[in-house]
Amino acid sequence: MHRNDFVRQLNSPGGDRRPSRILNIDAPLLLILIALCSIGLTVLYSASAESIFYVKRQATFMLIGLFAMIAIAQFPPRLWERWSVLIYLCGLLSLVAVLFFGVGAKGAQRWLDLGITRFQPSELMKIAVPMTLAAYLGKRHLPPRFKHVAVAIIATLVPVLLVARQPDLGTSLIIFSSGFFALFLAGLGLRYLLSAALLAMAAVPTMWFYVMLDYQKQRVLTLLSPEQDKLGAGWNIMQSTTAIGSGGLSGKGWSQGTQSQLNFLPESHTDFIIAVLAEEFGLIGVLGMLLLYLMLVGRCMMISLNAQSMFGRIMAGTISLTFFVYIFVNMGMVSGILPVVGAPLPFISYGGTAIVTLFLGFGILMAISTEPKRI
Amino acid sequence: MKDGAAFSDPARERIMFARRLLVTAVATLLLTAVLIARYFDLQISRYEDFATQSNNNRVLVRPVAPSRGLIYDRNSKLIADNRPSYNLTIVPERSEDLEKLLVDLGEIISISERDIQRFRKRLKQRRPFEKTSLRFNLSEEERAALAVNGHRLVGAETSARLKRYYPDGELFSHVIGYVGRINERESRTLDTVKYSGTDSIGKIGLEKFYEQQLLGEVGSEQVETNALGRVTRVLDKTSALSGDNLTLYLDSNLQQVGHDAFKDKRGALVAIEIDTGGVLAMISAPSYDPNLFVSGISQKNYDRLLYSKDRPLFDRAIRGQYPPGSTIKPMFGLIGLEHKIVTPNYKINDNGYFYFKGIERPWRDHNFARGGHGHGVDLAKAIVESCNIFFYGLGVKTGIDLLSDYGAQFGLGSATGIDLPGEKRGIMPNRDWKKSSRGQSWFNGDTINTSIGQGFMLATPLQLAVMSARIASRGKVRTPQLVKAINGQQQPILEAQQQIAINDQHWDYVHSAMEDVVHSSRGTARSISSGLGYKIAGKTGTAQAISIDAEEKYDSTKLAERQWDHALFIAFAPADNPKIAVGLIVENGEHGGSAAAPIARAVIDAYMQSNPSTAVAER
Repeated sequence: MHRNDFVRQLNSPGGDRRPSRILNIDAPLLLILIALCSIGLTVLYSASAESIFYVKRQATFMLIGLFAMIAIAQFPPRLWERWSVLIYLCGLLSLVAVLFFGVGAKGAQRWLDLGITRFQPSELMKIAVPMTLAAYLGKRHLPPRFKHVAVAIIATLVPVLLVARQPDLGTSLIIFSSGFFALFLAGLGLRYLLSAALLAMAAVPTMWFYVMLDYQKQRVLTLLSPEQDKLGAGWNIMQSTTAIGSGGLSGKGWSQGTQSQLNFLPESHTDFIIAVLAEEFGLIGVLGMLLLYLMLVGRCMMISLNAQSMFGRIMAGTISLTFFVYIFVNMGMVSGILPVVGAPLPFISYGGTAIVTLFLGFGILMAISTEPKRI
Repeated sequence: MKDGAAFSDPARERIMFARRLLVTAVATLLLTAVLIARYFDLQISRYEDFATQSNNNRVLVRPVAPSRGLIYDRNSKLIADNRPSYNLTIVPERSEDLEKLLVDLGEIISISERDIQRFRKRLKQRRPFEKTSLRFNLSEEERAALAVNGHRLVGAETSARLKRYYPDGELFSHVIGYVGRINERESRTLDTVKYSGTDSIGKIGLEKFYEQQLLGEVGSEQVETNALGRVTRVLDKTSALSGDNLTLYLDSNLQQVGHDAFKDKRGALVAIEIDTGGVLAMISAPSYDPNLFVSGISQKNYDRLLYSKDRPLFDRAIRGQYPPGSTIKPMFGLIGLEHKIVTPNYKINDNGYFYFKGIERPWRDHNFARGGHGHGVDLAKAIVESCNIFFYGLGVKTGIDLLSDYGAQFGLGSATGIDLPGEKRGIMPNRDWKKSSRGQSWFNGDTINTSIGQGFMLATPLQLAVMSARIASRGKVRTPQLVKAINGQQQPILEAQQQIAINDQHWDYVHSAMEDVVHSSRGTARSISSGLGYKIAGKTGTAQAISIDAEEKYDSTKLAERQWDHALFIAFAPADNPKIAVGLIVENGEHGGSAAAPIARAVIDAYMQSNPSTAVAER
């Protein structure tokens, strides 16, 4: 069949899938990740006012993440498929625990204090939700029936709402979108998609009046007209767009970004780090980084397409799409086309848990990519 | 993409999945294109705008305040100084808990409810990373207390700036005036660039008149700041230019002597250096402390000054207008002699009353009850004893046209042109003036009133001094000036080309008569002559504060003090070689000879002592 030919072409791009003999490693994926981490450390050095401390810490987390990724890649995907529900339930339990025993900063309870380290259950759910849905839907006939769709939606919405309560709108949206991607890739019917779209439209006013908190509404209003509140919520966006815009084509040079070096840019080493990159390396730097991201997403989609099981396909596809959502939400919010939500830029923003979680996700992807061909 | 497939079909599922993935891949690319478009828009299309904005963020041009010009008296004594003043400022953003900080500060130094109210008002107009003042004029102890507790007062700091200070307090307040905060009305018309580093401006007096010279030129510094507004680096600096220093003709010593001589009396005195027209002393009593106004006077203090019966804020020297009374007699005598209306030999008999044809009620003399000045009153005697009847006749015969024409030449009825703002013109009445201001024709009765300096006639103490100086200098028309030099640069003496055209022997005659006012046994100011080592020429005057009917006698015991007559005196000395001329008034002082003349003598004495050469060398 014509379509089969198409699939087959995509299916056999020659030497791309080359499982290592000793270790299961997807070399292209690893190289792109290492490149991104290097860029991340370079920008972080400048964004944190040339602080070796931050860079060292971040590098440590990256190394831990890298090893964790490679370790995970050694387990067959089937194992993750089997354990996914248990991981999901653990994650759910700890989310509930956060509601009661959580610690946090800036008015949000996000962490569980485990004594030696702090643990952020919502980060775990970023992987657990797509993994569970992929496992659940992968075993069913596709496209999924109503009953399965309903189960999948509930399995997504429970953690989404729990995380939204913390409140952590950014993560909750990421988890929500991962659930949606899993269902979409599983072949969710057009009717569902249409009704979901209608529901979403209906939900907007409900969300606005009943669910969203004042500060969250403020962020949306700020997005629409940052100039109205120059010194308050609009300050961040005006300063970040100024930083980006003043970078021009080739930027002001490494560590020469005045907006970030002189503290005009808020959160310059975490959520707003892309503004530092844009200011110091210009549009060329932004495009270069986007290219790397696209290569990563493309490689992940390739892995997804070539996966041996439906679990592997849905899981890999969901992770690659969710990863892109990260990038889009972060770069969109910093450049002022999306409201400000707490969303770090993967591999570039400072933050240990997020880095490790990312690597865990890519570890599973690597496991999927290196799974021996059954056919 | 049909749902509800009953049987598992791996190949079909794979195709379905591949199509779905393709859709998401396309969506990914589209969204990436959106991002690229956005960053292209910011970084390429709108690069210029953002580059400018970013530069503005980084480089701040801050004004550097110039230091205001200083003011010295003629002997280089500093009378308007700049002193550092320490203010307590708060950067709200830097303090973790503003309310707690305010409480903490209140425990260390005194901060009133009003300070906090004002602070909150200012706070609303400023950005959270800007300094906002909480307390002004911190004392040494307060600064020390704040420094010791600095570690727990994050967000608060003391900052120094120069503040105007008048070391002599109330002594010069009416002359120097004061500076004060620029108010809203002023800020609307000010050159905002010139005043960018300054928050005060000359409000009245010399401070206002010479504002442009005293202000100086604002400098600027380009500084790199961070978002907290903290300066990280100074990139460029243009120094401010200090304002010009003023040196005055004023003599602090004379000023002090005059000020002390007034004690608790109300009035004003102006002393002029005849050769230059320079003002040696200018006093308006009572006075007030100008330092109160410099960093904003409290409502309580202001009300106290504003509503005081003694009106300390009122500058009587240039804004007080009084009937000059008999002090104009020497001048009118000169006109009479020059125009041959009277001669030195002309004498009248004075029984205390003056009748004018067609007018039933007579004008009378101050001593009508004792039968007037008697027989043989000539011009000299009329000046020495201040005989009104003589001048009624002289005035009527001279006519208002000549009187007012000469009066104007002697400085009456128009601003003298002194370098102070707000000078009053007084009134030298004439036909045109009466027509335009009263809509009435001039009557002879008006001339009679004018001839003894009453009626419509009004003059400021400054005008009296100027008239005295012009008589003393035999008609030299010099404009009174306070500022002698600007930045050491001598200012020109303002003298009219044309002298007042009066024959020398007439000057001699009148000078001699004025000398007799003080030095003869019948002179109205003879009380000040005792122990004088030099000669003073003068003329007393009395001006009614209220009008008394001709039938009644003025009796001070029946009147409230504020209705008593004003006492006036003009004088110059030394009589044979005049150097200093004085004009003064003591409100409700009753008699020029007893109330006003002693003050003039005290000032002239002080002048003669500090300039002994003038007295001796010319003798």
